[in-house]
Amino acid sequence: MKKSTMFGLLMLVVRRDLILAMRRRADVLTTLIFFVMVVSLFPLGVGPEMAMLRKMAPGVLWVAALLSSMLSLGRLFSADYLDGTLEQMMLAPQSLSMLVLGKMAAHWVVSGFPLVLMAPVLGLQFDMTGEALVVLIIGLLLGTPILSMVGAIGAALTLGLRGGGVLLSLLVLPLCIPVLIFATGAVDAVTSGLNITAHLSLLGAFFVMALVFTPWVTAQALRISME
Amino acid sequence: MLEVRKLACSRGDHRLFSELSFTLDSGQIMQVQGANGSGKTSLLRSLCGFLMPDEGEIIWRGENIRELDEEYYAEMMYLGHLNAIKDELSGLENLRISAGLSGVELTEKEAMDALRRMGLKGREMLPTKVLSQGQRRRVALARMLVNDAKLWILDEPLAALDVGAVALIQQLIAEHLARQGMVIFTTHQPLIVDGIDVLNLNLS
Repeated sequence: MKKSTMFGLLMLVVRRDLILAMRRRADVLTTLIFFVMVVSLFPLGVGPEMAMLRKMAPGVLWVAALLSSMLSLGRLFSADYLDGTLEQMMLAPQSLSMLVLGKMAAHWVVSGFPLVLMAPVLGLQFDMTGEALVVLIIGLLLGTPILSMVGAIGAALTLGLRGGGVLLSLLVLPLCIPVLIFATGAVDAVTSGLNITAHLSLLGAFFVMALVFTPWVTAQALRISME
Repeated sequence: MLEVRKLACSRGDHRLFSELSFTLDSGQIMQVQGANGSGKTSLLRSLCGFLMPDEGEIIWRGENIRELDEEYYAEMMYLGHLNAIKDELSGLENLRISAGLSGVELTEKEAMDALRRMGLKGREMLPTKVLSQGQRRRVALARMLVNDAKLWILDEPLAALDVGAVALIQQLIAEHLARQGMVIFTTHQPLIVDGIDVLNLNLS
């Protein structure tokens, strides 16, 4: 028997959540398929006018990413809450924030990262240019982890509530508006030949802020929900 | 070691207990008794720090558990009504993960040995969803074999267990007490530990 370190515990949680996700593949796929469906419906709905599609592409992709991440957030803590694992996590001899950070990271790998991989293919449906796609992907890489992290606060606060899913969206979506604005703004900027560093730096700043504060806030919210 | 001072606890508007004080020292075991709804689980959950008591304090080695936080958690183990095991994972994976969460890294062999001692030989690799209720409980209770916590808080440890498993749990508790450990538990079944006086705390 060996004592585990803080980093060891973090990796344990990440690995555990990834194994569980692999054994429940349907959950992961539904989120991804939802994303693909929503994005693909737009060209069908608004007609094949290239200029318009190109203009709305980043917004559509981002709103779809926001909505599909809401779908999976409800499951972030609920299974662990129902089977008692969350209780045991609170009794871990390391800070709960670290464990929460592990769960956030696993959530992003399972439900955020596939969206990033899928985005270029979907972007082609909207006739996005190569450089616009690159900026879109950078924005998604910086932005989707923020959705997982901020969403975790909402998931922790609505834990164990009936109809928590809708409440979760109402809590989290407004908080994600800045991410939406700057990530889509960066794509707009690059297509109109402007500098994108301001947009991406702000996204990076949001990312760092979320990384520092959200695990702690989520841990507090979980303690409140457990009472 | 563990000292409870004038603890009061309520759920909703209903006061479960108040002015509750006791101490538990190394090598002692205490059974919390009381009718259904008398606050046994609430008391144990307060001792884990899940519930904020209305009044009073819980002291571990001279300090409030709220201040000790992780230091206290490193020395205690809680087994509640919920098994905290995942249906999709095997018994082996479940045990290694739950031990890992309590700060103990197990090798595969150590985990295997613990599961075998719990009577799960040949079922270590099966996903726990195919196990019976009692076997799942055994997977959860296997943590009693692989931890070095000083204080065990056990909420209904004997629920869903057969006679053989009950005897094994009694033996494990006796071994833990012999190592100068401490146990506080609730049960509706008789739990006899040879040669040791069980302290009683009646909440009704």
